[in-house]
Amino acid sequence: MKQKLTQSFLQYAGLLGVLVLLIAVFSLSSKNFFQTQTLVTIANSNPDLIFVSVGMTLVLIVAGIDLSVGSLIALGSAVIGVLMVRHEWSLPAAFSVCLLVTGLCGLFNGFVSVWFSIPSFIVSLGMLEMARGGTKVITDSQTMYIGSRVEAFGEPLQWVPLSPAFLVAVMTVIAGQFLLTKTVFGRYCVAIGTNEEAVRMSGIRTAPITIAAFMILGLLCGLASLSQTSRLSSADPNAAIGLELSAIAACVIGGTSLMGGRGSVVASFIGVLIIAVLQSGLAQLGVEDAIKQLITGAVIIAAVLLDALRVRWGRRSG
Amino acid sequence: MTKRYGNVTVLRDVDFDLRSGEIHALLGANGAGKSTLCKMIAGLTEVTAGGMRIEGDVYAPHHKQAAESTGVQIIQQELNLIPTLNVAENLLLNRLPSFAGIVSSRTLHRQARAALDRLQLDDVDTYALVSQLGVGHRQMVEIAAALARECKILILDEPTAALSGSETQLLFDQLSQLRDRGVGMIYISHRLDEVKQIADRVTVLRDGRHVGTETAESMSTDQMVQRMSGEVADERSDEQPDAETRQRATTSAVSADESDRRNDSTVLTVEALCCGMVRDVSFQVRGGETFGIAGLVGSGRTELLRAIFGADRAESGQVCVAGKAPTRFGHPSQAVAAGLAMVTEDRKQNGLLLQQSIRCNTSLSAMIKRFSRFGLIRPAREATVAGQMCRAMETRCTGIEQSVGTLSGGNQQKVAIAKWLTRDADVFLFDEPTRGIDVGARRRIYELFDELASAGKGIVIVSSDLDELMETCDRIAVMSAGRLVETRERSLWTEDAILQASFAGHRTKESQRLTGT
Repeated sequence: MKQKLTQSFLQYAGLLGVLVLLIAVFSLSSKNFFQTQTLVTIANSNPDLIFVSVGMTLVLIVAGIDLSVGSLIALGSAVIGVLMVRHEWSLPAAFSVCLLVTGLCGLFNGFVSVWFSIPSFIVSLGMLEMARGGTKVITDSQTMYIGSRVEAFGEPLQWVPLSPAFLVAVMTVIAGQFLLTKTVFGRYCVAIGTNEEAVRMSGIRTAPITIAAFMILGLLCGLASLSQTSRLSSADPNAAIGLELSAIAACVIGGTSLMGGRGSVVASFIGVLIIAVLQSGLAQLGVEDAIKQLITGAVIIAAVLLDALRVRWGRRSG
Repeated sequence: MTKRYGNVTVLRDVDFDLRSGEIHALLGANGAGKSTLCKMIAGLTEVTAGGMRIEGDVYAPHHKQAAESTGVQIIQQELNLIPTLNVAENLLLNRLPSFAGIVSSRTLHRQARAALDRLQLDDVDTYALVSQLGVGHRQMVEIAAALARECKILILDEPTAALSGSETQLLFDQLSQLRDRGVGMIYISHRLDEVKQIADRVTVLRDGRHVGTETAESMSTDQMVQRMSGEVADERSDEQPDAETRQRATTSAVSADESDRRNDSTVLTVEALCCGMVRDVSFQVRGGETFGIAGLVGSGRTELLRAIFGADRAESGQVCVAGKAPTRFGHPSQAVAAGLAMVTEDRKQNGLLLQQSIRCNTSLSAMIKRFSRFGLIRPAREATVAGQMCRAMETRCTGIEQSVGTLSGGNQQKVAIAKWLTRDADVFLFDEPTRGIDVGARRRIYELFDELASAGKGIVIVSSDLDELMETCDRIAVMSAGRLVETRERSLWTEDAILQASFAGHRTKESQRLTGT
């Protein structure tokens, strides 16, 4: 057991090292950075990205990709807003419909790409536009203020400064890692991403597994919608634009392969934290947005380069 | 012109010469080295020892372009056209008529038209995409592409495999014209009648050695087969009575033989199965029986196994496993559920998860059945069984966590087989089970065939290695041009007879009648 723990720690040591290094650098260069308040703010402002990254890891592992997640979050958020404001629905009821909608959109992405052998890149690109358009249709392109009825999920708890959204997100990470490493479904995902034809020739139907991965990502987008809506107290039809790229970047920083077959939910989670720390650290230093963007991009490439070198060295020594 | 090679693993000291203005047929069974020889001439593989001369000049092409600039063109079995480009672009791909980088469409299509017209391919539009053409037309376009370039030597590797009779005739007319123009041609084909018709001289290769070169007129198709299999004509005249005595000897031997593990239950019945090139194949395998399928490369053996296993959807016919209701499997999962297992020909392509561990690969096919409960993996059991399998198969590895891609070919194959041993299948289909693996692994796999047969399993082995089939199988069927042409007890086969039968499907009815009498 002890050996296992050390092993899994070693697996994430590199990523955690980068995270600690970033925090250390920012703490030294800005007095205000290493404070509970800062770290809590980082945690509470990123659950939506964590939710999405968990699902995106699964989708990337089955050698798929989903570009529509940002739009799905906005769509889910709009569903909650419309139902709660115009139709006076309760939050649980509105949230259920939101989950249904984003889940079905994920199912659609998976089904169309698997059944008709269309690259998921294209299908989800179409969904990206459709969902964003749908969002604007049902909200009339207006931000809908919902107010205190949705805020609880995103606000810090009384006994701990973290929001329920962040805690649920962390639980999702744990559940996602469990799903990936301990269940038949997770094993099949990895196998399909490695060599789908070999899995088929082993007598396993691959289509339902791949479609399920997309659907899980859709459902997690629904959770991200709730987190987003409660943090903003409103449904913004222009929310989460470009979030898909942050999520993919987080997964890639965590070592997930875009070719499929390799990845870890926990590593993607650390990837989200690295991006988040980088963003707010740079902001605290007073770095301009343009420079911030430049540095974030460089970090993503550096992370992938490191990973590629690690694989190459591993191959040479192995 | 003389070309000489030596000490190449697949080709040993082969001498070969080609005169200008002749069609020189190259014959040989699977793995005799025909394709290798041609690839060396065309600059696709390097010559290990020996050398070549063209018109007295030393000729040592290091790549295809070098060969082409010397005037050597090859038309390979697999098509080398780009499906998304149109016919004209494919024909003139490496010398598109252009000015300042801009392709002149009119010149392109005019030149392409001329090239096609020479083959009387009036019905092929130069603007049509290659992907829209049928296989026969694609083959003709490829031939036209090679003919459009100036060449002194033209190598044709099974050019007629996908052609209809009339297309073949057109091709032959063209080849005759080229012969008159002084082009030397090397012609590989399994269709011996064609060889007889078109070739001037015939060279036979066997096991990488040069058996003999003669004029085509002096050789009958029967003699060609004998050269390929290594039995000479006068031996063969004794063959019939010989086989009969052997038959009598073995029928008594079989009944007395305790090592015959075959029982009376039929575990696999294939009935009138059709799928693509597989035509109307029927056979039965009993429990404990090892059933071999021989045939030339491309005779449809892999396609047959895939159709049985549901990897390709069969058009008609039935498959019945171990007394279950006869069906036609639409997906491998149905076949596996019914009790079939298939070790595929290309383990890297569709047999193994190369980047994953031995443990993952071993447990894959029986994941739900044996290694999980309520959807959760049982890691302890998985590790135990994977370890057992490694020991049982004598897989050389650092441990069950070693990734399969880092194993040697033989050990990879052991893992690919172990994947199916974890499932209690009734019938095992092996496609080229020992291709490219070392002697030790081969021995272990043969032992495994024995173990499976002793356990009452049915085994079907497709192999191009005749020695392997003769050694391991109870019965051997020969497949030719998509049909099972003959099935006999192993003791009633000779390698010569198997080879003879392998060519049966390629012969005209007349020559079949001739050999029948």
